[in-house]
Amino acid sequence: MLQINVENLRMQKLPHIWCPGCGNGIALSALTRAIDKLGYDHDEVAIVSGIGCSSRSPGYLNFNTLHTTHGRAIAFATGLKIFKPKMKVFIVTGDGDCTAIGGNHFIHAARRNIDLNVILFNNNIYGMTGGQASPMTPFGRTATTAPYGTVERNFDIMELAKAAGATFCGRATAAHPRLIESLIVKAAQNKGFSVVEAMLPCPIGFGRRNKLGGPVEMMKYLEENSVRVQKAQKMSEEELKGKFVIGEFYNKPAPEYIEEYDKIIAKLKK
Amino acid sequence: MAAVKATPKAEVTIKKDWCKGCGICVHYCPKGVLAMSENLKAEVKNPEECTGCGNCEIYCPDFAVSLRRIQ
Repeated sequence: MLQINVENLRMQKLPHIWCPGCGNGIALSALTRAIDKLGYDHDEVAIVSGIGCSSRSPGYLNFNTLHTTHGRAIAFATGLKIFKPKMKVFIVTGDGDCTAIGGNHFIHAARRNIDLNVILFNNNIYGMTGGQASPMTPFGRTATTAPYGTVERNFDIMELAKAAGATFCGRATAAHPRLIESLIVKAAQNKGFSVVEAMLPCPIGFGRRNKLGGPVEMMKYLEENSVRVQKAQKMSEEELKGKFVIGEFYNKPAPEYIEEYDKIIAKLKK
Repeated sequence: MAAVKATPKAEVTIKKDWCKGCGICVHYCPKGVLAMSENLKAEVKNPEECTGCGNCEIYCPDFAVSLRRIQ
């Protein structure tokens, strides 16, 4: 492969378990390319995940990997990062895992501004458990737990992360894999809590139930309805209805948790 | 004058065992190098048209497409 380093993959574990046309593979491939671009050694990278379709990712990656309990990926990653601050920690988590079950871990890790990189695979649904509505299922979309369309409004994770204190936020879709890659690179370079949302098609669990067509139609839908953040600033709220804003949302450094903690230890040792 | 055939910049190979036939690579190939075969898997149809842009490799969710530069 020209662009994907096969040494980053556990080739014996492939092909993966995801459905035909699932966007998780596209985001996973972007993650491996980003780590390659950053030039990290295999031993200094840790991939942590919770439970769900997306959380199967570490199984296919040839780094230090940790597959943890539902919603607790950030909690485990926090422990890992505090114990081994030199480790580059990437958290691969799904929309349900991160914003529902692990919602509190997410906002508090953002508040602490601990140097973790969350790669949120947003497929709008709980795919693995049978297509239940997640907090990121768009309003009105059908799921097994919302057969007439969900009446709950979905989270805007960029706004949530920014408000909670994350220092880097960015969003891309599966139709923009090179943007996912560059956002992951920037997230890793940011010393603090970084969130990259990858909007991915789930043709089987979500698309089929909502009559959105096959994988190609879903990719076209993501492509046609995404607007770059620079362009979106010049657009009215009316024009932005039904569109997804993509790009780098927020990047502003703030005191990092482990550095601050070390300062306290150094101060007390004097 | 006969039309000059472009020389391919890269060679595309598809791992049939890994391909799940989603058709994403066929959609994102700008030159129509790839097509869906009768058994609903991607296949290389016009190898000489390949410009080596790398879209197929990046967009394939199954790591089934790989490119090799032709010197």
